[in-house]
Amino acid sequence: MSDTTLRWAARDTAAMLDRQLTRLRHAPALFTITLVAPLMMLVLFGYVFGSAIQVPGSGDYREYLVPGLFVSVATGGILTGMIGTAQDMQRGVMDRFRTLPMSRAAVPLGQAASEVLIAAVGLVPLALLGLAVGWRVQGGVGAALGAFGLLLLFRLATAWIGQYLGMVVGTEEAAGQLSSLTFSLPMVSNTYVPTDGMPGWLRFVADWNPISAVVAACRDLFGNAAADPDAAWPLAHPVAASIGWSLLLVAVFMPLTVRRYTRGGR
Amino acid sequence: METTYAVLSEGLCKRYGEVHALRGLDLAVPPGTVCGLLGPNGAGKTTAVRILTTLSTPDSGTAYVAGHDVVRDPGAVRRRIAVTGQYASVDGDLTGRENLRLFARLQRLRGAAAGKRADALLERFELTEAADRPSRTYSGGMRRRLDLAACLLTEPAVLFLDEPTTGLDPRSRGAIWDSVRALAGAGTTVLLTTQYLEEADRLADDIVVIDQGGTLATGTPEELKTTVGQRIEVVVADAEAVPGAGLVLGNLTGTTPELDTEHRTVGAASGDPALTLPRVVRELDAAGVPLVDASVRRPTLDEVFLRLTHRTTDSTTAIPEEASV
Repeated sequence: MSDTTLRWAARDTAAMLDRQLTRLRHAPALFTITLVAPLMMLVLFGYVFGSAIQVPGSGDYREYLVPGLFVSVATGGILTGMIGTAQDMQRGVMDRFRTLPMSRAAVPLGQAASEVLIAAVGLVPLALLGLAVGWRVQGGVGAALGAFGLLLLFRLATAWIGQYLGMVVGTEEAAGQLSSLTFSLPMVSNTYVPTDGMPGWLRFVADWNPISAVVAACRDLFGNAAADPDAAWPLAHPVAASIGWSLLLVAVFMPLTVRRYTRGGR
Repeated sequence: METTYAVLSEGLCKRYGEVHALRGLDLAVPPGTVCGLLGPNGAGKTTAVRILTTLSTPDSGTAYVAGHDVVRDPGAVRRRIAVTGQYASVDGDLTGRENLRLFARLQRLRGAAAGKRADALLERFELTEAADRPSRTYSGGMRRRLDLAACLLTEPAVLFLDEPTTGLDPRSRGAIWDSVRALAGAGTTVLLTTQYLEEADRLADDIVVIDQGGTLATGTPEELKTTVGQRIEVVVADAEAVPGAGLVLGNLTGTTPELDTEHRTVGAASGDPALTLPRVVRELDAAGVPLVDASVRRPTLDEVFLRLTHRTTDSTTAIPEEASV
């Protein structure tokens, strides 16, 4: 790829990122829901169910829960990526872009970039509410920044999954139906409860759920609960596992998405 | 490959599973003309446009747009075309102005130039007042005008309009027609698909009638009307006279006339240019048919279209009147 090609690809991507952020300004409903949902979960689980749940670490459930909800925000890329892409497909905007002499990667890259920015903003109110209900950063500042870095990297990964799914389903209705499934993904992980109590087969799935690795990494880096060296490999080495999972997901879903965008519905 | 045609396709075939969307479509559109691609729903119009605009690839056949191969060099084609239609649309979440600026940016116009061009087009398409509202709040006509404006940010060599006025009221339709005529007058090649015969008649220099993925007829609107011949219609005084009138017209034209007892009318098509109104009246009079009204006129494009698609749908179970328009 020549220098000029790359420069145009970067400019097209910037234009598409601008577009996503402008859309957000005009149609903020989905963004608002993804912002408010984890706050409600914090109140619901933290106060309603929390009293009945035994957790490792300090034993405070809300301190255990907040890093899990951070990861739910990061996982939100599946939902918003899927719905945004399905809308563009159904409304014909995607095809309009495909007839323009622009970079073939710019549309999905712009959406992925906007997902990371959205997550960066979305983590702030959750962190503030977390602090208000007793969550604390017990580790160093560097480790905490590392945790936020991991969260954004994971949002990038889930945004690519979402965009690919959005292209496969192709309509808002189908994306809406599939979206309820994405809410159950954090259920089969250590987001809300430790995996120890799950039956063997379910625990295996939960331990190897990429969400669990990122949650364990955040708890470890924020100093809320140290990684358990006797747990399954991804939970014993959560930071390495989180980076590995994220890069693997990007490596799989980015080319699939760009290829599908380029080929379209031919 | 250099061609003298703005759009040239040979033997385009495209299958979706069991459905043959296109079976050997040939098109040749000279530069600076308006070509109307006319056909009933499912005739293959949209598939043809999708292939010519690089959104889809043909299973076989070749196509050149603005001199570039749509399969081998889609990038070069995209630099010379603009597309709007049922499926290629602007972003409803953005305002009119934001849409035009975005598309200008994506077509390599720089910031200030992009803004100026966008504003000029908003003005030209009477969208200045609505420019800062999300375009999903626009009426159908405004939306199509914005779609069209987004096509004209750069000067495309070939403009593809897929059913540009479907669902619009007559006034909005007229506005779009005026714009298309102005563009064609300025030298842009336009390929237009439509189900509206009137639209093709008003706008197109050449019409290609397609059905079931193949070309049925090609020509100017006048030529197509001539191929079908003249149209004879008579009104008789009472319903009992209808079969008699039908017999006379059948003998005169060698075709099977359409009888309508309820409205007491008989119609027939005639390929014979020598068949004049006086002769029709004389023959009917001689047969004792009580005549109220009679006319011999050139067919409308609707009738041409019905006749043409009739021939192909005859062999299948489809009813021609329902299969068209």
